Amino acid sequence: MTKMNKNALWMSGNEAIALGAYEAGVKVASGYPGTPSTEIMENLSGYEGVYTEWAPNEKVGLEVAIGASFAGVRAMATMKHVGVNVAADPLFTASYTGVCGGLVLVSADDPEMHSSQNEQDNRNYAFAAKVPMLEPADPSEAKEMVKLAFELSEDLDTPVMLRITTRVAHVKGVVAAGDHRTSRAVCGINKMPGKMVMLPALARQRRVVVEERMQRCRELAETAEFNRIEAGDTRRGFITAGVSYLYVKEAFPEAAVLKLGMCWPLPEQKIREFAAMVEELIIVEELDPFLETHIKAMGILCHGKDRIPNQGELNTAIVRQAISPGSGPELFAPVELPHRPPNMCAGCPHRGIFFNLSRMKVFVSGDIGCYTLGFLPPLSAMDACVCMGASVPIAHGMAKALGEEGYNKIVSVIGDSTFIHSGITGLINTVYNDSAATLIILDNRITGMTGQQHNPASGYTIKGEPASCLDLEALCRAVGVKHVYTVNPHDVVETRKILKEAVELREPSVVISRAPCVLLPEMKARQPVSYFTNQANCVGCMSCIRLGCPAISWTTFAEGEAEACGYRSSQKGVSKIDEILCNDCGQCASLCKFNAITRGEGKK
Amino acid sequence: MNEKGNILFSGVGGQGILLASEITVYSLLAAGYDAKKSEVHGMAQRGGSVTAQLRYGQKVYSPLIEPGCVDIQVAFEMMEAVRYLPFLHKGSKVVVNTQRILPPSVATGKAFYPDRVLDHLTSREIVVVPVDAFDLARAVGEVRTANVVMVGALSAFLPVDPERYEEVIRARVPERFREVNLQAFAAGRNISK
Repeated sequence: MTKMNKNALWMSGNEAIALGAYEAGVKVASGYPGTPSTEIMENLSGYEGVYTEWAPNEKVGLEVAIGASFAGVRAMATMKHVGVNVAADPLFTASYTGVCGGLVLVSADDPEMHSSQNEQDNRNYAFAAKVPMLEPADPSEAKEMVKLAFELSEDLDTPVMLRITTRVAHVKGVVAAGDHRTSRAVCGINKMPGKMVMLPALARQRRVVVEERMQRCRELAETAEFNRIEAGDTRRGFITAGVSYLYVKEAFPEAAVLKLGMCWPLPEQKIREFAAMVEELIIVEELDPFLETHIKAMGILCHGKDRIPNQGELNTAIVRQAISPGSGPELFAPVELPHRPPNMCAGCPHRGIFFNLSRMKVFVSGDIGCYTLGFLPPLSAMDACVCMGASVPIAHGMAKALGEEGYNKIVSVIGDSTFIHSGITGLINTVYNDSAATLIILDNRITGMTGQQHNPASGYTIKGEPASCLDLEALCRAVGVKHVYTVNPHDVVETRKILKEAVELREPSVVISRAPCVLLPEMKARQPVSYFTNQANCVGCMSCIRLGCPAISWTTFAEGEAEACGYRSSQKGVSKIDEILCNDCGQCASLCKFNAITRGEGKK
Repeated sequence: MNEKGNILFSGVGGQGILLASEITVYSLLAAGYDAKKSEVHGMAQRGGSVTAQLRYGQKVYSPLIEPGCVDIQVAFEMMEAVRYLPFLHKGSKVVVNTQRILPPSVATGKAFYPDRVLDHLTSREIVVVPVDAFDLARAVGEVRTANVVMVGALSAFLPVDPERYEEVIRARVPERFREVNLQAFAAGRNISK
């Protein structure tokens, strides 16, 4: 965020949304980290006069924002697309209550699943929950639309959704700084039962209000600047929204375009006007035929998903090819190269657990986090992964289905933050309905995958201030788990013993694997001592190699090389530790039976 | 000011690609261009292949470069110089740090690092500019400036005066690292000149 000239800033979409929320005078913001939404809350936490927090999950985050809105201040909740599923319960009823202070829900969708388990199209939520949704195309629009979203929210008495995608959230562009505004609402305790107490009788009254306000929103959408017709060649006209608009502008710069800044509700008259202007109407949108379905329901003929893919991200080339096949340049074919998938870091505590699981004959029900990488070779120790918190009930369900056949074969693995997000209720169920599935909680003291966000078990707030620290062992005991173990995952051999003991039990058990993420600032600052290989002792057993640590590599001997170097002639190679990459976890040393891996003495 | 361009940064998570692309962007913006840059965060950053796409011109709409349309690629690792071949065209320039980082399949003996991997580029009439960024960074006294060496090597191909980059480095790098980064930039720029 460096100023280039007065008022011009270079920012990501997420930074721009934080700035927009600040300029709109947001007072309370809550959310749960999730790519590609995380940086909104991180950046917002740096602004004066805004209360920000990480909630344990998205439902809580939205409910906090609803509470703040009821108290008359502008409030925001941020989350990734699948987080809105978790927050859907309060969302659908907040649509009925409406707001006091402006209430904005940011949904960061991830077409192409860069960092997600599905690519659901959250525009469908705006339709289903009957709330307006704005959809910016780039960081500059994102900032302006957050401000607009707060205004609309108060004008129409409704939560407003702002939908971004990865290519808005993590794209950087030039953004203009604006003025700081405040809400027209008044902060205070507002007792308005007819609006806030959604008992059936009262909800039925609000149900009518919902339709009235959506009608007002439709009327507003007809004349609003954010839904604009850009004149051009009318032989082929495009209706588009969000980042797809940019691809249309690149691929068909001369064409007439109706750019929708609000993707729900739709401006029917404006769409009819545009459709009548052009000879051929094409709807360009990523993922679902959302605009297309509603435009076709108006009785308007158009092309859409008959040409534009309904899976993955779009880009200029895809849009151009879909509409004018064979128009692109001839491309070089890719060359076959060894893949470079993401990997757990050198020194990652999760590796010790997954190494052990890969050696136990168990089904591993996994969860969402860095540790999902335990699925990849050489560890290959994850057999299921569905959504946040699902690991625990899936293991329980399997155990119930398998009965005795499943005894000592079902394990679930979940991170600390994910356990708090939605694993606790699953554990309560495991205890209440009694299955012997073992739960491993990977407590690395932080929410890792999204880039080091604090959580209720890390002991710090979003601003790094000390906070109450959830005692995971006490929690597990409190819900009725009689067998709670804590292990140091870097001691691979000792951890295996405990895991085996827990799995053999006929009652619910929890193993808490506790060691901090190596990316934590305090871990980076500690100047780790490196392990190194005493290569003369290495017998080429590959025990350490099977850990899949990026700091350990294997060198295959050429013919005759083993003997020439003084090894047995049958030895196939040696392993070596890159002392610069090594992060001092010692997992490899705890596995080596030949005294070939030793901890160094000095700091590297 | 009619110039426009597409720059692809590629490498391995943790190599300082984002900082290098940021210095480049700020220099282009200071020279009066519009720009957009696309990055991917999250899971891919854990040691996997990473890219940043940068487009500049009078007015930039799409943040994504079309296949076959990269003018200059800045690759921080040799194999990562070749991975995005469909994005290049005959005559594209590839400024490449001649470093090898072994992917897991190679490090565990399951696959081999390809020999003469840059031949895939030269044989397709792509202009390769090899840079030993580590060696140059070591020579200026700080190996961590390898990414700024790469910016220097890239800068020779962009329509921006070197003074702009130097201003950006002065403004964005903490004072104690400023001089060494300026030297790293100059060392990289010398390679491409």
